[in-house]
Amino acid sequence: MANAPALCCEGLVKRYGSVLAVDGLSLTVNRGECFGLLGPNGAGKTTTIEILEGLLDPDAGRVEVLGLTWASHERELRQRLGIQLQETQLSEKLSVRETLRMFRAFYDEGRTVDELLALVDLGSKADSWVGKLSGGQKQRLALACALAGNPDIIFLDEPTTGLDPQSRRQLWDLLSRFRTGGGTILLTTHYMDEAELLCDRVAIVDSGHVIALDTPQALIAQLGAPRVVTHQGTLEDVFVSLTGRHLRDE
Amino acid sequence: MTSKRAESGAASPLVELTLARLRLFLREPEAMFWTFVFPILMSVAMAVAFPSGGAMRVLVGIAPGQVASPLGRALASTSGLVVKEVAATDELRALREGEVHLMIVPGNPPTYRYDETRDESRLAKFVVDDVLKRLAGRVDPWTASEDRVRVAGSRYVDWLIPGLVGMTIMGTGMWGLGFSIVQARMQHLLKRLMASPMRKRDYLLAQLVARLAFLAPEVVVPLGFGILVLGVPFNGSVLALASVSIIGALAFGALGLLAASRARTIEAISGIMNVIMLPMWVLSGVFFSSANFPEVAQPFIRLLPLTALVDALRSVVLDGASLSMQASRLMILAGWTVVPFALAVKFFKWR
Repeated sequence: MANAPALCCEGLVKRYGSVLAVDGLSLTVNRGECFGLLGPNGAGKTTTIEILEGLLDPDAGRVEVLGLTWASHERELRQRLGIQLQETQLSEKLSVRETLRMFRAFYDEGRTVDELLALVDLGSKADSWVGKLSGGQKQRLALACALAGNPDIIFLDEPTTGLDPQSRRQLWDLLSRFRTGGGTILLTTHYMDEAELLCDRVAIVDSGHVIALDTPQALIAQLGAPRVVTHQGTLEDVFVSLTGRHLRDE
Repeated sequence: MTSKRAESGAASPLVELTLARLRLFLREPEAMFWTFVFPILMSVAMAVAFPSGGAMRVLVGIAPGQVASPLGRALASTSGLVVKEVAATDELRALREGEVHLMIVPGNPPTYRYDETRDESRLAKFVVDDVLKRLAGRVDPWTASEDRVRVAGSRYVDWLIPGLVGMTIMGTGMWGLGFSIVQARMQHLLKRLMASPMRKRDYLLAQLVARLAFLAPEVVVPLGFGILVLGVPFNGSVLALASVSIIGALAFGALGLLAASRARTIEAISGIMNVIMLPMWVLSGVFFSSANFPEVAQPFIRLLPLTALVDALRSVVLDGASLSMQASRLMILAGWTVVPFALAVKFFKWR
């Protein structure tokens, strides 16, 4: 099991009533890799990542995380994964330190609360209420909660949506450092620059299945986009050519 | 980089979850109001409504201009009786609203106009009848000697205060737990917690434990006010009172957890809470004795948690009952703790 990929899923299907949110999706994420799920809103990114996180049961398909299944090793997996959800609002009237203490308490082993505060550069905000933090600071706190147990893999669902450019760069730095330490990242995003900068490989998801999967560079090269000084091909171009739509289309 | 939990700056999950709940409660002004200020206001209202030692006054209505008549003067000189002039056109309204308990319509003999379904009106009839017949020259064959005793704890207010304490324990437990859980579910905090290795049971237990932290002022403030200001007797032991309060709070905490186990909106949880609590406000004998309900309903009423709690509190406070004397009530409350908690753990929706 030590050599098993970080994440592996095959033929995932998830229906919500008559809507097919995930339609036979398969992918493998290697250890130490940063893997991006790219796609427009409603493509099935969040449903997919929540199935991989063991928060949703698929209607069909198989999931293995670190070579283990959710059904047989949920407790062990929870200790080894760090998760950031897209829509979580942490309690506004708890301080940053109190929030971290609570999340740290759930893990048998991990960083100390002070280490976590330093890691995400929130030491000066330790005693501020969560409600008083900026958007970027809240996202860094959410990341610190995900990192509390020294996870092998972190899952991030649109970690930088709605952040200003400086906050986004700060978060990218933190993710790069986690990679350097050997960690695996699975993230969803609809920012092209984010995927190009952070991800070793990306899967472009549309209508619940993977329509392209490769390194960002290869995807751009396959497109044959003109590489002139004024216009370098981007993942945005790849997406538009594959789906005929822009990624931010709603 | 890696350290055990003991050196991490965090305590055990149950302790941290309980602390988080307590902090959130203390930082919520509205919750503080309901828990600490409301019982005091309620007690003050009681003190105003039931001035100490006051026997009920009989309010009698007579036609305008009759106050100075022999009849009016005889009535007015009777202690505990208040005479009011009420116009004939206004009689029914005055009776309906309790402004007067009985109207005397002059005549020979006079007519008493009153609602015989009202206790205070029936009392007024006897008092007025006695006064008027004496005035007319009735001679009593004999007069009984009266031995007036005051039995401590026999007034309505003595009976009411333990009931109010029970009602507060119910309300705080259910609203407090229900709202905070539904709010955590609405902001997807429950889902985030489920994505961590937190044990579900720890979360639910922490809510119950934190709820007990505020039990003491809830019980002590209204009861202390009743004892010190209203002269309510306290015949039981503090230990018995504490035990009954704790098990009652646990029962309603567990019911609050169950009520909130699936609700997704504040409207939904409010509706569920009202459905659970309203019948008990009426049936469980907080404001009037549940003995008023038919015999067939009594076994059911006795099984309600608020009935068990209120009856147990009254027995402790007024009769000085020990815990062993009310084992069955405590068993009922224990059942209302264990079963709803187990169901809440089973049905709880974390998303």
